[in-house]
Amino acid sequence: MSSEWPLFEVFIRSKNGLEHRHVGSLHAADDTMALENARDVYTRRQEGVSIWVVESRHIKASNPEAAGELFEPAMDKIYRHPTFYELPIELKHI
Amino acid sequence: MSKEVNLEEQFQARIDAGERIEPKDWMPEKYRKTHIRQISQHAHSEIVGMLPEGNWITRAPSLRRKVGLLAKVQDEAGHGLYLYSAAETLGISRDELEVQLLTGKAKYSSIFNYPTLSWADIGAIGWLVDGAAIINQVMLTRTSYGPYARAMVRICKEESFHQRQGYEIMLGLAKGTPEQKEMAQDALNRFWWPSLMMFGPRDHESPNTAQSVRWKIKRKTNDELRQQFIDITAPQADYLGLTIPDPDLKWNEERGHYDFGEINWDEFWQVVKGNGPCNRERIEARTKAREDGAWVREAALQYAAKKATRNQSKAV
Amino acid sequence: MKEQLYSYLLMLGDNSMILAHRLSELCGHGPSLETDIALTNISLDLFGQVRNFFQYAAELKGGDCTEDNIAYLRTEREYYNCILVEQANTDFAHVIARQFFFDQFQYLQLKQLEKSSDETIAAIAAKSIKETRYHLRFSSEWMRRLGAGTEESHIKTQAAVDRLYPFVDELFTASAIEKALSDAGIAMDPGTVKAEYEQETKTVLEEASLILPDAAPRFAQGKQGMHTEQLGYILSEFQYMQRAYPNMEW
Repeated sequence: MSSEWPLFEVFIRSKNGLEHRHVGSLHAADDTMALENARDVYTRRQEGVSIWVVESRHIKASNPEAAGELFEPAMDKIYRHPTFYELPIELKHI
Repeated sequence: MSKEVNLEEQFQARIDAGERIEPKDWMPEKYRKTHIRQISQHAHSEIVGMLPEGNWITRAPSLRRKVGLLAKVQDEAGHGLYLYSAAETLGISRDELEVQLLTGKAKYSSIFNYPTLSWADIGAIGWLVDGAAIINQVMLTRTSYGPYARAMVRICKEESFHQRQGYEIMLGLAKGTPEQKEMAQDALNRFWWPSLMMFGPRDHESPNTAQSVRWKIKRKTNDELRQQFIDITAPQADYLGLTIPDPDLKWNEERGHYDFGEINWDEFWQVVKGNGPCNRERIEARTKAREDGAWVREAALQYAAKKATRNQSKAV
Repeated sequence: MKEQLYSYLLMLGDNSMILAHRLSELCGHGPSLETDIALTNISLDLFGQVRNFFQYAAELKGGDCTEDNIAYLRTEREYYNCILVEQANTDFAHVIARQFFFDQFQYLQLKQLEKSSDETIAAIAAKSIKETRYHLRFSSEWMRRLGAGTEESHIKTQAAVDRLYPFVDELFTASAIEKALSDAGIAMDPGTVKAEYEQETKTVLEEASLILPDAAPRFAQGKQGMHTEQLGYILSEFQYMQRAYPNMEW
């Protein structure tokens, strides 16, 4: 029984103005079906106004073992945050 | 070897610090296996659990009850799907998991091996079985494995109507004619003890509990959860004017909990081993759905392949 | 006129209800979890339409008539659904073909009923047509998949088409009530959408590599309350609780 439908990831915009968010996955034979299945499975309670689906195998994910070199170098770049710069508190709108 | 030990220590430290584990993170093989087992068992329970309740969809006594029940059983399909997806992040396919279910290699909650004999059973299942499940599920929203915890959050959100649906049915029956009340009492009599069994064996007979607690797959033991369920449910039965079929059930002021009688563990193990009233029928029904659906799934795949080839040649 | 409107609402509701019932039998037994959920959604939509039609009918009837009295407490000869929708779930091809033939009709019907001079019917149609448009999209897509999928699926689906299409003719034969109410601008005279139906249906079937049988229409008078033997079994299940425990609240 190798006739399993491929896996898709589902992203839903809950309302206009918000971004699409990953909500889960499902199986479908093709992307048309994936979209319909996503509608039937993940928006039964008015969870969304827009759906994206993508076959899971098309997602390239970062490797957690590389998390050190990927993400830690940003940790000490505190000068990228507004609180790094000291200004007198009486100053407004800046 | 020592590197492995070190990794395991680091892993445990992450869990102790309340960090979540995500699919591609390093994890001990046993953690992975335990999760596949537990998540798929949970998924199978949702799917097999559709059958006893589905048994009454076509006979629901009013249109309002019918759509409520239909939506609930449909939710269970959805919950099974979310859980299978969570298990799939651990490197096993839904297809393999289904085969494990149908060949008896994987278990599901034994409660679904009991038959639904009257409409009141639908009320009792919603009230008791979903009630017991919710206690377990709320705990699992904080479990250490990210995909499992996220599936549980979604499930808990959706399930909040299930128990209310069941209790409302019971309430209607309890306030109804003597015949209806009798039907409700009979359902409680049959589903009470199996509901208590849902929490699994006593702690001292549950070999996996300690490790599961350490990995935060479980945050409370079987006995703690069972006690919690009884404490919540006993007053709800009083409110219905129904009698819980346990002569030893009574409030213990000193403990701040209800005392209750001994569960028939022989029955529990018999049903787990496959000798319950409906074990075979449940697996037969799922096997039939899978076999009857094989040509449909195959056709959809072939059609998709043909369409893809067509689009490709168009692009050229 | 009120009597006729009442009967018309029963016909509209019965079509949706008997089809919804057939789909509800499948809940928990679908060919994949995703498909199971999708079919149940359609069933729930249809039951929603039923409740709208029957609540309106109950209001017309007055007294203590309710949607459930109407749904549950009639005899076989008092149900007016077409024969097509009571056909069994023989296999998934039959489920999809039955759905497709009905959706295509229901879509055209609701499009007309949106313009009904009866405001309640127009409002129910306006709400329902969105659901039905999705059902039609779903069933058409599946017709293509099954018809043009594998050899096995093609054979099964052609067999379902051959079996079910001869019941379609009934949809377009106006009953006396449909005639009278369409003259009054309330109902649709189904004959007026027959050509469009055939055109649309043919298009999808062609895409699905399926052909319409040129078999003669089956003798079918569901609209007059004359059914196949299957309806009795549907009703004995459907009505079981109401019949076994009369006059109780659930």
